[in-house]
Amino acid sequence: MNSAPLMAIRGLEVTFGTSRVVHGIDLDIAAGEALGVVGESGCGKSVTWLAALGLLPGMAATSGSVRFQGQELCNAPRATLENVRGRRIAMIFQDPSSCLNPVRRVGPQLVEAVTLHTNLRGDEAKTEVLRLMELVGIPDRAARFNLYPHEFSGGQSQRLMIAMALAGRPDILVADEPTTALDATIQAQILDLLGRLRRETGMALIFISHDLGAVSQVCDRIAVMYAGRVVETGAVTEIFAHPRHPYTVGLLNSIPRLDGGQDDLLTIPGAVPDPSHLPPGCAFAARCARADETCATAIPPLRGDGAAVACWHAALPNPSLREAALA
Amino acid sequence: MMSFALTRLLRAFATLMLVITFAFSILRLSGDPAIAVLGPMAPAAALNAFREAWGLTEPFWVQYSKYVLSIFAGDFGDSMRDGLPALPLVLERVPATLSLTIPSLILTLTIGIPAGIVAALHRNSLLDRTVILAAVAGFTVPSFVVGLVLVLIFSVTLGVLPSGGQGSWLHGVLPIITMSTVSIGLVARYSRSAMLEVLNAPYIRAASAKGLKWRDVIRLHALPNAILPLLTIIGLMVGSLIAGSVVVESIFSWPGMGRLLIISVAARDLAVVQCILILITVLMVCANLTVDLLQAWLDPKSRNKAHA
Repeated sequence: MNSAPLMAIRGLEVTFGTSRVVHGIDLDIAAGEALGVVGESGCGKSVTWLAALGLLPGMAATSGSVRFQGQELCNAPRATLENVRGRRIAMIFQDPSSCLNPVRRVGPQLVEAVTLHTNLRGDEAKTEVLRLMELVGIPDRAARFNLYPHEFSGGQSQRLMIAMALAGRPDILVADEPTTALDATIQAQILDLLGRLRRETGMALIFISHDLGAVSQVCDRIAVMYAGRVVETGAVTEIFAHPRHPYTVGLLNSIPRLDGGQDDLLTIPGAVPDPSHLPPGCAFAARCARADETCATAIPPLRGDGAAVACWHAALPNPSLREAALA
Repeated sequence: MMSFALTRLLRAFATLMLVITFAFSILRLSGDPAIAVLGPMAPAAALNAFREAWGLTEPFWVQYSKYVLSIFAGDFGDSMRDGLPALPLVLERVPATLSLTIPSLILTLTIGIPAGIVAALHRNSLLDRTVILAAVAGFTVPSFVVGLVLVLIFSVTLGVLPSGGQGSWLHGVLPIITMSTVSIGLVARYSRSAMLEVLNAPYIRAASAKGLKWRDVIRLHALPNAILPLLTIIGLMVGSLIAGSVVVESIFSWPGMGRLLIISVAARDLAVVQCILILITVLMVCANLTVDLLQAWLDPKSRNKAHA
């Protein structure tokens, strides 16, 4: 990352009441890159991005820094956030069917997004909406313009949400588990669509998921999160070939394989710690085979440039990389 | 839509028949009109003549079928107290009752709904807690207490408003406030929870994420969705306002249907009581029918089901 990143998150912390769910996230997003954010439910992967856009409910306290092209978004005034949302950073969510207002026709809801972010009005705005609907692959657009959200399937609803997100021609699209609520075949179609749209528009994509397979399909880089911290980042190919954090290793091992037998489904023993009772040391230590006394008392920092890992006993990087570094 | 409306109409008719049957049977089980009208000291011959004249000696089911048939012919019987037809006697009291219930309904909607929504938008603030406290106080204190306290303050102590009777518009102020206190409280509470539920819906977050200003998120996305569950409550409110008129009209000696009902029940004036109950049922059924149809029309999901 030579040039200034498009978006820089520094020391982001999010607390709900007494329980802190995000413990200081540092992440850079370069223009046009596709970053996968991976982790189990409750690891803070969605909350990080909701906090960055100020979309968390009032009881959540956020601190740290989120800079988009130098502009501070963390705890920024409402007007600042409203100018960034949709136009610079768009977001789509899990469960697309309930993300559309059920009592309004979808066409006008899309027109709303278009008039919000462009100068198009009336018929021009409608033409733009039809173009967006075509872009995301909604068949029979003119007729469907006037339908209600419940008349669309989950996959179609997610396509509509993506169309709505594209209305503002955003620099970053944050996709929060966009395929989790969908059938496997529809999942693949939405992943293809996201990949294609990113190539065509040049926007950056933040793909939040617990599905490493899906992430590897659309992303260049991965950030693995555990209990509110980033524990490993790196290029997708590198992390798949040479995972360094024991948690990443566990995640990769627990991907079911088509050629594996019935006994081959590996899981990570134990459970994610309660966010309000985190251990003083590494949060993963209790589930980790490599853990020792250091792990129980001190939190490992995220170390490394580009590819980084937060583990006292991280596996060595890819041998070829190490040789290159030594040479 | 047609079949939907038709089933609702049939259901409304069934409700009406049920009320007629109950009113008819319970009134006849609860006391002898002859004694109530002529007094306990009346000679037996007079009592028997009275019963004979009003057809009270006939078997129960004969009385019942005669009554039901005459209702459908538009004849609601005569008042036992003065022999006049019951229906006009009741209908002439309706405007007085409506002059209390309609302003109360308007107050309920214009104060209750905004109060609940503002409270929801400022959840857990001082404003929110004040609204909840006032709402709970409003619907837990019985209206006869509210009415008497208001009379004590504004009529007895301050002497600024009349304590009863019907004259200038000033006479209506205390009864209307008394009547609407309970319903304002209820509607405010329901509006608050309806709004809170909507504000937690994913489409609200999605609407914010697309960059809409917060007040447009509320206006275009939250309010239209919060109104739907409220319609049902408003339908029930119409019923409770009419029921509340019985108490309020008695406190403030308001010459409406509610007070006539109390007098007629005490006098075992069968035809008049039945007539009032039927009228109230028709009003409530109409209110609920309107709400059902309105809801079906406003909610795209049920509209589609009705088409199918």
